[in-house]
Amino acid sequence: MRVAFERPAGLTDCPTHYCPGCTHGIAHRLIAEVITELGVADRTIGVAPVGCSVLAYDYFDYDMIQASHGRAPAVATGVKRALPDRTVFAYQGDGDLASIGMAEIIHAAARGENITVIFINNAIYGMTGGQMAPTTLLGQLTTTSPAGREAPREGYPLRVAELLEQVRGVAYLARYPLTKPPEIGRARNAIRKAFQTQLAGKGFSLVELLSTCPTGWGMTPREALRWVEEVMVPYYPPGEFRDGPEDPGGGPSRKRVG
Amino acid sequence: MEKRAVFDEERCKGCELCIEVCPEGIVHLAGHLNRKGFHPATVTEQERCTGCMFCARMCPDLAITVYRPDKRAAGA
Ligand SMILES: Cc1ncc(C[n+]2csc(CCOP(=O)(O)OP(=O)(O)O)c2C)c(N)n1
Ligand code: SF4
Repeated sequence: MRVAFERPAGLTDCPTHYCPGCTHGIAHRLIAEVITELGVADRTIGVAPVGCSVLAYDYFDYDMIQASHGRAPAVATGVKRALPDRTVFAYQGDGDLASIGMAEIIHAAARGENITVIFINNAIYGMTGGQMAPTTLLGQLTTTSPAGREAPREGYPLRVAELLEQVRGVAYLARYPLTKPPEIGRARNAIRKAFQTQLAGKGFSLVELLSTCPTGWGMTPREALRWVEEVMVPYYPPGEFRDGPEDPGGGPSRKRVG
Repeated sequence: MEKRAVFDEERCKGCELCIEVCPEGIVHLAGHLNRKGFHPATVTEQERCTGCMFCARMCPDLAITVYRPDKRAAGA
């Protein structure tokens, strides 16, 4: 017998503190596998956010920094500019990236910073106990939208990939759900392409991963996976939004690949 | 029959995502508790395991190692 699948290099042995069924752990694995495949483990620096993945420095076996809330792209910018031969990634939740950190992410993208951002969209603030995030869906129950998010009262959910799609400086942009092994495979390919974009010096790359927060959503982990498929995917369509720097003519760049 | 899908009981949080995706339907939660206090997932009929790795690729806690027969060693 030979080993067909095992815990990848690039992750420490430390058991994660994530809730049962939380897909943060799957995202961690994909990053570690890709970094090993690309042969850059010894020169990778990760920036962890504020949110449930704040302790990512315990789980990734790379040099890690923990940024203040929403500032991971700014910290990653500094690291990459000072040490351009390092592979630098920011790992951010949707509260971190799309709420308090919206300015940092948009401007890092607009500057075409040669960094990779892994964006965990679980439609809620997990760490603080399930408050509404900018990505919370209409009708979704959270502790701060207890009657369900309603547009007249709480506004509309933000589609981050679509927002960044129009930003010149973005060289790679994709969104995939972490719901089933085939989708997880597509997410892995996207993460690989994002890091390859950085290694080729092409500019800013971001992969949005539709993720679960069973605890914040008040669901079992299996119900949460189905909720991503049935409710999140229709509003946050998966696919590759950009691969390669935008056409200077500004024409539509989207290609959806399933 | 050597095991194909090996579950590290102590890493398991009993989330059942492996059960959700196993095409053979052979992953179940054990009756006992692990040290964390979860019922760990386990494969009941190893002979039906095809080594597809779906459970392992779904496991957020990387509790599963999958083995496949070594074709060369088997002379196939
Ligand atoms: C400056 C600042 N404001 C607010 C907080 C409180 N806080 C901690 S985590 C968090 C939201 C995290 O949500 P998200 O980014 O979606 O990550 P998740 O926990 O869901 O993975 C907030 C608001 C903080 N730590 N620092
Ligand atoms: S609160 Fe939500 S995001 Fe945080 S670890 Fe638990 S399931 Fe994951």
